[in-house]
Amino acid sequence: MSALTLTLKQQPTQRVDMSPLVCQHLAELSLSEIGALVLQSGKSLLRVNELFSIEGSDTQDIIINNSVDTLDFIGKDLESGRITVNGDAGAYLAFGMKAGDIKVSGNVGLYAACEMKKGYLEVSGNAGDFLGAALPGNKMGMKGGTILVKGNVGERAGDHMRRGNILIEGNAGDYCGSRMTAGTIAVMGQTGRYLGYAMRRGTLLLWNQPNLSASFNDCGAHTLSFLPILFASFKTLNSRFADASEAFNRVQRYAGDMSEMGQGEVLVKL
Amino acid sequence: MIINGVSIDATFAEAFPMKATRAIITAQNEKWAMISAQAMTGFATSVIACGCEGAIERVLDPSETPDGRPGVAIMIFAMGGKGLAKQLETRAGQCVLTSPTSALFSGIEGGIRIPLGKNLRYFGDGFQVSKQISGKRYWRIPVMDGEFLAEATTGQVDAIGGGNFLVLAESQPQALAACEAAIEEMRKIPNVIMPFPGGVVRSGSKVGSKYKTLGASTNDAFCPTLKGMTKTDLSPEIESVMEIVIDGLTKEDIDKVMRVGIQAVCDLGAKNGIKRISAGNYGGKLGPFHFHLQEIMA
Repeated sequence: MSALTLTLKQQPTQRVDMSPLVCQHLAELSLSEIGALVLQSGKSLLRVNELFSIEGSDTQDIIINNSVDTLDFIGKDLESGRITVNGDAGAYLAFGMKAGDIKVSGNVGLYAACEMKKGYLEVSGNAGDFLGAALPGNKMGMKGGTILVKGNVGERAGDHMRRGNILIEGNAGDYCGSRMTAGTIAVMGQTGRYLGYAMRRGTLLLWNQPNLSASFNDCGAHTLSFLPILFASFKTLNSRFADASEAFNRVQRYAGDMSEMGQGEVLVKL
Repeated sequence: MIINGVSIDATFAEAFPMKATRAIITAQNEKWAMISAQAMTGFATSVIACGCEGAIERVLDPSETPDGRPGVAIMIFAMGGKGLAKQLETRAGQCVLTSPTSALFSGIEGGIRIPLGKNLRYFGDGFQVSKQISGKRYWRIPVMDGEFLAEATTGQVDAIGGGNFLVLAESQPQALAACEAAIEEMRKIPNVIMPFPGGVVRSGSKVGSKYKTLGASTNDAFCPTLKGMTKTDLSPEIESVMEIVIDGLTKEDIDKVMRVGIQAVCDLGAKNGIKRISAGNYGGKLGPFHFHLQEIMA
């Protein structure tokens, strides 16, 4: 059975809500039924077969070709299966994702993996602001799973994050890990201002010395035995995080944010 | 049945159901992992008075441990799940948490999950940190030498305790030498422990006693100094009897380790003073698992 392949015919003039096109919603549908589904695009409704040419039949393995950054809500509430996006993705990629795999070859927009619960998201390009964050007004961001971004991420990555891993090979923007409740964010590149702003618990694992606020206190240099276990869990990833030469267990530990609970930590590679 | 001049009795070892768990202790080096493991499995020879039976299962290569450091696998057996959990937690708290550079991990993936570091975390007095990695929860507890890392839970599984065999020899040194040879080979087998000191017990017991308060007492039928005083099971030339007791995860594990152990004893043979192999058979009073010696050695 070949993957259900949706190839974008032309760039839509308005943003498109792709949330109906997830594996669990398509499981019982024929190709013609999938083609007849309607997607919200601005004020209008578009049939799937107006927007995409459709091939293949495996609804648990969806490929979106020629994808562009106006396709929002790809993989929303995904419960199982795999979605591969060739190109860019819009906002709210993997929103509330519950399980399964999503891979994007290009860049992704705002609020990727927003309130994600479980599963795996891999972005080969850059991600916008609020990666793995909570919706405005909500208190719980990402609650589980793993996000891997091979490029850079915008501001507020992991805002209100509760559990899970965000792995960033590139740089992270300002307020990375802001208001984190728990979980791990690892950044191989540089981090911006206000790192860990108001974080309560959780770990920010850094390869480069950050510019820390005064509300983070230096706890000294340490060899931490959980780090080899954490790095071992990355071994299967298609990433520099899987490279044993990138792993370390010797870190400078900073505790913060002392203006909040102060039980979070920033661990910087030594 | 006679193997190398050693008579194998037509009897069976009688064993009983237990609950078991395994934990992995790692440390900066094997020396400190072993010290911690020895402490954790100390005073754990018999459920009769220790609350559990425990021992070191084997030394682990760093490639086999979760944190890539030298480690030791220990197993603990108890009569019930509640008792096992209590013993595990108490011992982990007093013997591993306290041991320099140690870390503690689950050694059984399946089974009912029982606390390992889950409650020890409170020692961290609010400074403890939880990390969930690959679906497993770990607790990082700040201690004076750095951080004590403990997996939250380990697995509790059904197991069997009290597998055994008796080595009957012409002298005490010969009985001990045979048991030492057996233990050396038996320790190579996974999923089993021999919980008595050095794996050998010289005070095998029978069920019951003339004293009402005691549930077990000396196995007088196998005491050589009582040959003329009791209904003995010993022939005149037997001067010493020693027992090897085995706890294992499954009947197959115990079958296998008994075969290896008895074979090692028989390899020394009659020329080294080994006359008979027998077993602790309590007439069905002790437990439902029966390990027939001749079937095992067939």
